[in-house]
Amino acid sequence: MAQASPPAILVGAPAASWRDYLDLLKPRVMSLVVLSAVTGLVCAGAPMNPVLAAVAILCITLGAGGSAALNMGYDSDIDALMRRTRGRAVPAGRIQRSDAMALGVALSLFSVAIMALAINLLSATLLAFTIVFYAVIYTRWLKRRTVQNIVIGGLAGALPPLVGWAAASGAVAANAWLLVAIIFVWTPPHFWALSLYTSEDYARAGVPMMPVVKGAASTRRQILLYSLALAPLSVAPAFTGLGGPFYLAVSLAAGTLFVVLAVRLATSRAGDTAGEGDGALYDVKAASRTARNLFAFSILYLFLLFTTLLAEHALGVPPLAWGR
Amino acid sequence: MTDPNLDDPAAAKARRGRNLLLALSLVAFVVLVFVITLVKKSGA
Repeated sequence: MAQASPPAILVGAPAASWRDYLDLLKPRVMSLVVLSAVTGLVCAGAPMNPVLAAVAILCITLGAGGSAALNMGYDSDIDALMRRTRGRAVPAGRIQRSDAMALGVALSLFSVAIMALAINLLSATLLAFTIVFYAVIYTRWLKRRTVQNIVIGGLAGALPPLVGWAAASGAVAANAWLLVAIIFVWTPPHFWALSLYTSEDYARAGVPMMPVVKGAASTRRQILLYSLALAPLSVAPAFTGLGGPFYLAVSLAAGTLFVVLAVRLATSRAGDTAGEGDGALYDVKAASRTARNLFAFSILYLFLLFTTLLAEHALGVPPLAWGR
Repeated sequence: MTDPNLDDPAAAKARRGRNLLLALSLVAFVVLVFVITLVKKSGA
């Protein structure tokens, strides 16, 4: 789908506040990115000056924010068509599209440059690749063209642990790729659960999300398949010298609950009828509660996995013997 | 041509907030570069 004319500043629209500019950076998404990057940085196990570690985290945070601002600027035309996103600063006319893009470019360049100068070239290259992959490959090419948009585009959201790992150690190990794989496989059930009760929005905007193109039943089935792959994959760090006993327990319990919620969703009628979500993230009608529940739990799931890994490494809990 | 937002108190307040944020960002950038330089020079 080609991009429509960007919305101009609306006459009479309230002036943008600093809060609008902060929202351009998608702070909620940013928090998960930062958590996964910090986990990668700490799990690398390499000694690092705490100031430089903080600078690396700052660069990853600003890089994530920059790519989010580029995404918000470019997608302002379709955001204006969707109930969930039409209140954002650019489609609502409080911030000009060009200003959002300029902020995105500035933050992206700043974060990559500081990462290269203060940390190392590998982490800066990986950060630059992540930003370009999200802002260009996903936002400009994949999102409007293919039903596999968030599957392939999910790589951008999955790379922060690798960037953190590279920042700490100057290299990327197999365990860093394992963290990437977990987020990569987690992304489709997370976004498709949301899109099941917001598919009207996506259809109106012409975005080929899975429920729009393949239908709700096919989407529910694919969510279940990805969830069945995700649960054992998330336990794997306990067997590769990365996770300890607490991680094993948390990943087993949370993975089981994830699959249970995915089965409930697969056997429900979520997404079958129109107008289930009203554009809200969590306040949905009864028919879509199974999708809402999986979407909400998927965020907690990733948070639990990475905070447990982080806590184990920070507290010096040794990994399980069979993984060493 | 005059800017209709110039006389609007809400717009002026928002503009002051944005300017303050920009100023703080510039100061933070200078401090960041200074701190990185110190750490690098100390060889840590």
